[in-house]
Amino acid sequence: MTLKYLVRKIVFYVVALWAAITLNFALPRMMPGNPMLVLVAKFKGQINPHALSSYAQLFGLDQHTSILTQYFQYIGQVFHGNLGYSFGLYPETVTQVLMQSLPWTLFLLGTSTVISFVIGTLLGIVSAWRRGSVLDSVAPTVFTLLGAFPYFWLALVALYFLAFRLRWFPIGHAYSDTVMGWSWANLPDILYHAILPALTIVVTSIGGWLLGMRNNMITTLSEEYVKVAKAKGLANTRVMLRYAARNAILPNITSFALSLGFILSGALLTEIVFSYPGLGYELFQAVGNEDYPMMQGALLLIAIGVLVANFLADLVYVRLDPRARRAQ
Amino acid sequence: MQTELTVQEGANVQPEASPVLTNVSTRTQGRRKNPLLGTVRRFFQNKKAVVGASLITLFIVLAIIAPLLTHLSPNATSFLPLQAPSGAHPLGTTSLGQDVFSQFVFGTRETLSVAIIAGAGTTVLSMLVGMVSGYVGGLMDEVLQLVTNVFLIIPGLPLVIVLAAVLPKSGDFTMVMVIILTGWAWGARVLRAQIMAMRSLPYVESAKMGGESMFSIVFREIMPNMFSLIFANLLFSIIYAVLTESGLQFLGLGDLKAVNWGTMLYWADTEGALLSGAWWWFVPPGLAIALFGAGLALLNYAVDELTNPKLRSQSRRRRRLQRS
Repeated sequence: MTLKYLVRKIVFYVVALWAAITLNFALPRMMPGNPMLVLVAKFKGQINPHALSSYAQLFGLDQHTSILTQYFQYIGQVFHGNLGYSFGLYPETVTQVLMQSLPWTLFLLGTSTVISFVIGTLLGIVSAWRRGSVLDSVAPTVFTLLGAFPYFWLALVALYFLAFRLRWFPIGHAYSDTVMGWSWANLPDILYHAILPALTIVVTSIGGWLLGMRNNMITTLSEEYVKVAKAKGLANTRVMLRYAARNAILPNITSFALSLGFILSGALLTEIVFSYPGLGYELFQAVGNEDYPMMQGALLLIAIGVLVANFLADLVYVRLDPRARRAQ
Repeated sequence: MQTELTVQEGANVQPEASPVLTNVSTRTQGRRKNPLLGTVRRFFQNKKAVVGASLITLFIVLAIIAPLLTHLSPNATSFLPLQAPSGAHPLGTTSLGQDVFSQFVFGTRETLSVAIIAGAGTTVLSMLVGMVSGYVGGLMDEVLQLVTNVFLIIPGLPLVIVLAAVLPKSGDFTMVMVIILTGWAWGARVLRAQIMAMRSLPYVESAKMGGESMFSIVFREIMPNMFSLIFANLLFSIIYAVLTESGLQFLGLGDLKAVNWGTMLYWADTEGALLSGAWWWFVPPGLAIALFGAGLALLNYAVDELTNPKLRSQSRRRRRLQRS
């Protein structure tokens, strides 16, 4: 039965991947008029003609073959990792630029998401366990309010006060100008640059985990087996964590998977506000430079990243919940 | 008759609360006859609901009476730049010499109309897809579910940004379309699950026997019973719309000549409002987005609490116990 579940999931992710690639193929065709003429007119003399023709070739904009042929050609190119040349950073290909920025996004987001999930879920467990306590009335309210602020606004205010005024943290970027990129020796410097962006992500996203976990816990706490465990005189922490939380956490794990998309979206704003050299920042730069191959490459890579993350989360879920293995 | 009623009341709520509720329901016997009135009363007893509804009403009133609040044009650049708040300019001026208060109230108008239209559109699309998919079942359901899940998983904001950059002109119409396109999937999924649970209930079966058409059953029989869920979904969609709209405008992907909360923030950021200490320019739009969003979120929780007694906070029940 597990196999059938897996096959269904794999089919779904293949379809989703296909949809993402197709969408990407359609994007330049959404521009008004003949996209090729628009591009040539727009960039007259400003970008390397080779970059432009490689873009046209990739998307089949200059060919007189049928759109279906162009489409299959494009899919073939994508699977070979060919996303064309960047308009803005010409001699570099889109794939090269994206591969440089991907690790930064994974590092910043991975760390802050895990921290936020762990703290939020723990707070949710405790506030449901002690309903009506000070923690239960204060924590959800505070974090919900923080979550209501537009993220970019809070991030800018934090940047202004904590980095610009108080000089506790550096103003943006992933590392100091004096060091060159990633190495173990630079780790302290890199961590120092990551603290403020990570903090803003954690503070604004904790509320969702907290409330979700709190509500699941409240439902689970009224289950018979929890009452039995309490009646048996088991230690409070044991009932709280091993009996109630263990079952209540499952929906939170599903939303963890589903929210990966939202989190990556949030990363985009984080990276833009803090000039953090990840995928989102690259995408935004590309929008500013009208670097279409780069924009589309970044979008595709983000989409693939989300798909892979969700697939992994599904696998974990099957491991954790025996019902998912038996269902369907 | 009376005892039967109280037993039913008690069964809906958690057992330990039943003595209180028996008390309440006998006390309010007269008013119980109109269920709508009871809902309204419970709504006003809920602190979250009242605060949320007041915040939203405040902004809507502000948007409606905008021209009455200021006679200054939001686009006029005829004042001294970067003035702190004063009698003439309650929220000061921008670095381009515009009146921030006037920009703010007219901006409220534009932001709210886009958010509400986009939110409503999103909800309608979610309803159509979710309800048809859940009710019809079979192959149709499989296909629609697949589409929903694909839209759910494709990252929204990056897609929105690329769409806004590629599409011809990023006016309000494009904005609304982009928000609907990227926002409907979550609601469709939730509504589908609910209708799946409802479609085999006796009243639906009997409507089917009576020969009602599918659309009539879905939208006239089942939909009214899902009102709270649809309403919650609408609130959620409006929050999504406000945040997406302002986010895009803040990134400079909206119409830069328009006046709304997002473009106000865009200009404030581009012109270095924070660096020059012009908090009166930067704070109001951000705070407004937060308060409007918080209002919607509070109302959303309140709807959740009113329809799901398990979530009602215990402290409130305790207070009621003490009172009785």
